[in-house]
Amino acid sequence: MSTLDAIVIGGSAGALDVLLNLLPQLPRGFSVPIVLVLHVMPRKPSYLVDVLKARAALGVEEAQDKQPLQPGTLYCAPPDYHVLIERGRSLSLSVDDAVHFSRPSIDVLFESAAVALRSRVAGVLLTGGNEDGARGLEAISRAGGITVVQAPKSAQMPHMPEAALARFTPTRVLSSAELGPYLTSLGAPE
Amino acid sequence: MTQPSSEDVELQVLLDAIYQRYHYDFREYAEASLRRRVAAALVHFDCETISGLQARVLHEPKVFTELLDFLTVQVSDMFRDPSYFRAIREQVVPWLRTFPTLKVWVAGCSTGEEAWSLAILLAEEGLLDRTLIYATDINPESLRAAEAGIYPLERMALFSKSYLKAGGKKSLSSWYTTSAHSAMLDRSLRKSILFSDHSLATDSVFAEVELISCRNVLIYFDRELQDRAIALMRDSLRRRGYLGLGSRETLRFTSHDAAFEEAAPKERIYRKR
Ligand SMILES: C[S@@+](CC[C@H](N)C(=O)[O-])C[C@H]1O[C@@H](n2cnc3c(N)ncnc32)[C@H](O)[C@@H]1O
Repeated sequence: MSTLDAIVIGGSAGALDVLLNLLPQLPRGFSVPIVLVLHVMPRKPSYLVDVLKARAALGVEEAQDKQPLQPGTLYCAPPDYHVLIERGRSLSLSVDDAVHFSRPSIDVLFESAAVALRSRVAGVLLTGGNEDGARGLEAISRAGGITVVQAPKSAQMPHMPEAALARFTPTRVLSSAELGPYLTSLGAPE
Repeated sequence: MTQPSSEDVELQVLLDAIYQRYHYDFREYAEASLRRRVAAALVHFDCETISGLQARVLHEPKVFTELLDFLTVQVSDMFRDPSYFRAIREQVVPWLRTFPTLKVWVAGCSTGEEAWSLAILLAEEGLLDRTLIYATDINPESLRAAEAGIYPLERMALFSKSYLKAGGKKSLSSWYTTSAHSAMLDRSLRKSILFSDHSLATDSVFAEVELISCRNVLIYFDRELQDRAIALMRDSLRRRGYLGLGSRETLRFTSHDAAFEEAAPKERIYRKR
């Protein structure tokens, strides 16, 4: 059994490509829910969901308020809303102020996951051009969760992973090619 | 379950203190975002701990008034999500037309943008003269701003664009007058809107209404409080009345899904069965 209640993923510029490469590798029986915040969302809300759905064996949905987390499902933050994880293993949305000029913000998701799930969460920070997510990933690390940073060298925009690495030492620093096998091992059923 | 942290306990105690001292009930708000806002308040009030903030809140009513602005989220736009207002115009207005008098409730109206938008929409449909709009919120400062109906001029460009996308029949500028830095909404709309203090968490039914618009308010509640608020709105609605929610809110995960049917599913407009 996986010891994780959720995997949270955040990324910005370049991260869509990483995901399009990563998602086909995650099997249908993936046992952990995934929550995703991606900046630079395509304008049409359903578009991102459709693009990811076409590549993924998992279910892909846009996050809805108070939705309970289900295994084998990827939840995308809707444009213009923060998405947060509650202690009861469900999602909440908010229209609170932008963080790092971003709504949805990666920090908001990651920090909520650290509080709600403590060590039962893995946070993954991908390529990006600003510092959103670094603080949040550090919070997950301090709560005892697993932290993964995309290797700056393999990142289209290294700023976001570098900002995290400047703050703390994550569990793993992985190239985009190594992400698939590692996440698959985290979500392997039994 | 793991033991609660001291911060968990402090947060609960703060919310209990606020409830007992000021009768504002935040105890069943969605915790994750409330926690962020309390953390922001700690910085603002220069308090090291939630207990420290609690002491000030109890002893200084002015601190509580200011804290309210942190605990509630005042974000609003006129005609936010234009397709929602278009759906009201196209799918709800024809039914509203069948009544000689109308009551509309904007629950959690914040600084008024949503209520004024609906007033304009109903005026253009020739219904405002027979309508009373109740616009309610728990934040007194927001209610004052809502009542004034004066917005910074630089926001009007976005509002105008949304107004047109929402099916506006003229130009939004025909509904306001401008001064150097601000736009004041037409006073002819004002007499149809009643702004008042009402909490979905602690108050009860005050009128029977044909339409309720409650957008991006329920997201701040936990499931139990959502259930309470939706029951209150269901009981306030006339049979077959409409309930409009925010664009990512849903009745699906509440206990009251069966009491409503989806009228405009994409726009999250529901109809009481
Ligand atoms: C994000 S604003 C939404 C404003 C507006 N409905 C819109 O969509 O543009 C949320 C509002 O809900 C109000 N609110 C919070 N708790 C409430 C309660 N218990 N009863 C009524 N309103 C509440 C807040 O004060 C705030 O004005």
